[in-house]
Amino acid sequence: MLVNNRYHRQMLFDPIGETGQKRLQESHVVIVGVGALGSSSAEMLARAGVGTLTLIDRDYVEETNLQRQQLFSEEDVRMQTPKVIAAKKRLQEINHLTNIHAEVIDAGVDELEVIVPQANLVIDATDNFDTRLIINDICQKHHKPWIYGACVASYGVTFTVLPEETPCLQCLMDHIPSDGATCDTVGIISPAVQMVVSHQVTEVLKILTENLDALSGKLIAFDLWKNQQMELKVASLKDETCPSCSKKQYPHLAYQAQLKTAVLCGRNTVQIRTSAEKIIHFDEMKKHLERNQHIKLFSNPYLLSFEIDKYRVVVFRDGRTLIHGTKNVQEAKKVYYQYVG
Amino acid sequence: MEIIVNGDPLEVSEGITNIEELIQELRLEKKSLIVEHNQTILKKEKHKETAISEGDRLEIVHFVGGG
Ligand SMILES: [Zn+2]
Repeated sequence: MLVNNRYHRQMLFDPIGETGQKRLQESHVVIVGVGALGSSSAEMLARAGVGTLTLIDRDYVEETNLQRQQLFSEEDVRMQTPKVIAAKKRLQEINHLTNIHAEVIDAGVDELEVIVPQANLVIDATDNFDTRLIINDICQKHHKPWIYGACVASYGVTFTVLPEETPCLQCLMDHIPSDGATCDTVGIISPAVQMVVSHQVTEVLKILTENLDALSGKLIAFDLWKNQQMELKVASLKDETCPSCSKKQYPHLAYQAQLKTAVLCGRNTVQIRTSAEKIIHFDEMKKHLERNQHIKLFSNPYLLSFEIDKYRVVVFRDGRTLIHGTKNVQEAKKVYYQYVG
Repeated sequence: MEIIVNGDPLEVSEGITNIEELIQELRLEKKSLIVEHNQTILKKEKHKETAISEGDRLEIVHFVGGG
């Protein structure tokens, strides 16, 4: 009996047992970002029997993802399948019992305000600090644990933020670094991803099975290539003047509300988000674009993508648009207005 | 003088006298980071006033954004 036995080895593990397994089945985890970290977390949690997963990602699968983003295939690259759609398909093959919500959206304030309160906790698998600081504020506001995780090259770092208990990300970071070290510039090896996820998912299992005493409480970092492991007890850094976890002002929720364009770090790409009221008429747009013989057009049920001059433009059904080929917001807006409207 | 950084021995020139100078020497000054000096976590404002000497043990963790 496949259905009854599949969690047996995990239930043999004493801290989880039958009670812990039941708790996992009743849990709902949000994974923000389904790239390398998110794919790996999602697979572990689906296999472990977490009842509900909400996957959020704004992007689609590209060839350079395949080296480390374990849920995706060459077919997904050919079809330019949105990452969460491809991930959901693969995860359902792995465990049909998992309830999976696939959200092809940018994880902004409005979106997370709706999704996070429904879940037990949030796993950070994003590729940027803007989104992390929104997660940090939202999770303080709604009293949800979240697990910071990030990696670049052979280095990784992770920390579990518990509202009212631990320092938050805002307490720990004195500024947002912008030194251009991203997966797109200095690269990333897959073991670094898996190491971060091992820490993150273990912390998640401890929280969901209510083994809170087992939580690490430490800022953990490593460099696999340099054979280094660092663990810092950072409890003393909880800042009594922190606008996020102490003063409860949530500065990143207000600021983000105004942001409409974002330069995607290291990708020579600008993202443009339209107001929620704007409805994209996909089929009409497609017809219009087909009339221009200089435009190479591709579409699937989730997105429309075309090439013009030095740009590649991808329009998602929710109206969100990626302009590849520029870092200049004004230039991107011009292309947007020229071809998307 | 020799100190230990992230578990590995590191030879630093005598001109390096405090944590702030060490961070610059290691070219980490643009990163957002946390330093533990002989098992004490240091707030950033303490980096300049905290002297380093032979045999000190430092753990330096910096934040990255990739994923
Ligand atoms: Zn804080």
